[in-house]
Amino acid sequence: MRRFLLLRLAQAGIVTLVVGAACFALMRMLPGDPAMRIAAGRYGPDAQIAQAAERVRLELGLDRPLAVQFLDWLGDLARFDLGHSLVTGAPVLEELKVQLGASAWLAFWAVAVSLLIGPLAGVLAGMRPGGMADRAGLALSIGLRAVPPFLLALGLMLVFAVGLRLLPAAGYGTARQMVLPALTLGLGLAAVSSRVTRNAVATVTHAPHYLFARHKGLPEAALIRRHGLRNAATPVIAYLGVQAIYLVEGVVVVESIFAFPGIGHALVHAIVERDVPMVQGTALVMGLMFVAITAMVDAITAWLDPRPRSA
Amino acid sequence: MTHIAATPIPRRPSRTRLAGALLLALLAGFALLGPVLIEADPARQDFSASLAPAGGEYLLGADHYGRSLLARLAHGARLSFGMAFLSALAAAVPGVALGLLAAWRGGWTRRVLDFLSMIVLALPGLLLVLLLLAFAPGNFGPLFLGLALTLWVEFYRVTRASAAVLLSQPHIEAARLLGFPPLYILRKHVAPSLAPTVTTLAAFAMAAAIIAVSTLSAISVGLQPPTPELGNMMIELLPYYSEAPLHVLLPAILIFLMVLALQLLARRDTA
Repeated sequence: MRRFLLLRLAQAGIVTLVVGAACFALMRMLPGDPAMRIAAGRYGPDAQIAQAAERVRLELGLDRPLAVQFLDWLGDLARFDLGHSLVTGAPVLEELKVQLGASAWLAFWAVAVSLLIGPLAGVLAGMRPGGMADRAGLALSIGLRAVPPFLLALGLMLVFAVGLRLLPAAGYGTARQMVLPALTLGLGLAAVSSRVTRNAVATVTHAPHYLFARHKGLPEAALIRRHGLRNAATPVIAYLGVQAIYLVEGVVVVESIFAFPGIGHALVHAIVERDVPMVQGTALVMGLMFVAITAMVDAITAWLDPRPRSA
Repeated sequence: MTHIAATPIPRRPSRTRLAGALLLALLAGFALLGPVLIEADPARQDFSASLAPAGGEYLLGADHYGRSLLARLAHGARLSFGMAFLSALAAAVPGVALGLLAAWRGGWTRRVLDFLSMIVLALPGLLLVLLLLAFAPGNFGPLFLGLALTLWVEFYRVTRASAAVLLSQPHIEAARLLGFPPLYILRKHVAPSLAPTVTTLAAFAMAAAIIAVSTLSAISVGLQPPTPELGNMMIELLPYYSEAPLHVLLPAILIFLMVLALQLLARRDTA
């Protein structure tokens, strides 16, 4: 357990370094004088730009050697001083607080939807390998996996928002606006987790302890609940760790498509607007969110299956 | 564990793989020959034909600028396949080479390379690509670099793991002791066993690249219009969905089929 924790801490450190270095380079490689640009962003293009730029240069220490500036940059990062947005001038941290809430809810509901669909479909398929439910589930899963999240998002939007007019196509705030984004990600996650569940269940139902429990006369429901689900749950939860990549990438894409005011949406916006502090803040939080999800999955897996792992 | 990879078992190609290969051949034919055979220029606008339906002067209709949809689809497919192939190649060559090197040399070589791959894996791939794209949004260079950079790790890790098992096989140890040069051993004994795995990984990598390229332009940080890119086309045509639903669906179907073909080709038969 402690080893996992250390590993995840190291991962968080690497994420911070990679994002910080990339954004530092980004800041220095943007065309033109950064001080001039920041001044223009703060005071508008018509102000007395040269004097304003001089003040910004001194204030931010842009006249010092690059190496010093880089260390300074990393120091700020370590103290969670993420600077101000070049576009709005607001502190990055303030904006991130709001957006992180939205994204975390989206991720939560996406996982919830996937856990509602995936394991259910998987258990149905796994109880009778090769049966109708199994084959239908396989076909659906293969099909869904070939649909990139942005296509799935647009497809659901066209069907439920444009066609049936049941749900809003975009926005954030009400429960109804959460449905389509969460469903998009949930379906994508369930496409894989249903098959993982199916394989796990198919394996468990042929295991000696399970067959014995059936022979001693346990009713089917108690059998599945007591001897099937917990054993089958381990690989499914462990697989969520792999799916964390899909989840985080999907959050970026789905938020952008549904105009959902979360971190992923902000990241894409910041890239288009070349707002480097916002790029840094959002990329950092998304990366750390990824580390946090994997760490949580590690912990739950260890709790479900306390046997020490060899790998 | 010792004898799994000794000799590649000649396996009858499964039906799903066959279907994937057929579909892929069809789509690749469309992507390669389409732009040559279809004379229409994918960028030529003809406003009198704006949103023309399929079947008229334009075989699959025309988009909102009156550009031939068939020509744009063919060029889009070529672009997607091209980007996917190039980035898979740029990921596979160093990935496999470094994987072999790490398995052969072991020790510090392996540790350094493992550490490098860990750095890449610390972030979800799309975030890394987005960070690189931030340097020059809408350009081929960072997109290509980002894809290759995220995709090589899988080749490296799998190659290293399988090659390490292979290299400890008795017949290969014998070949090493007999003094055969490394390249000869790699070519004669290691490469044939690794080839199927690497092909599978390459198909997955290409599918991932196609998804990434279309996704990034759909969220407006990838390749920019008027490049005939499938994700772009779909977003561009989306506002006209009520008038011309087929026009919006065609690029989507093409992306779906390309990804499906590659994934079927790469499928293991269990999951």
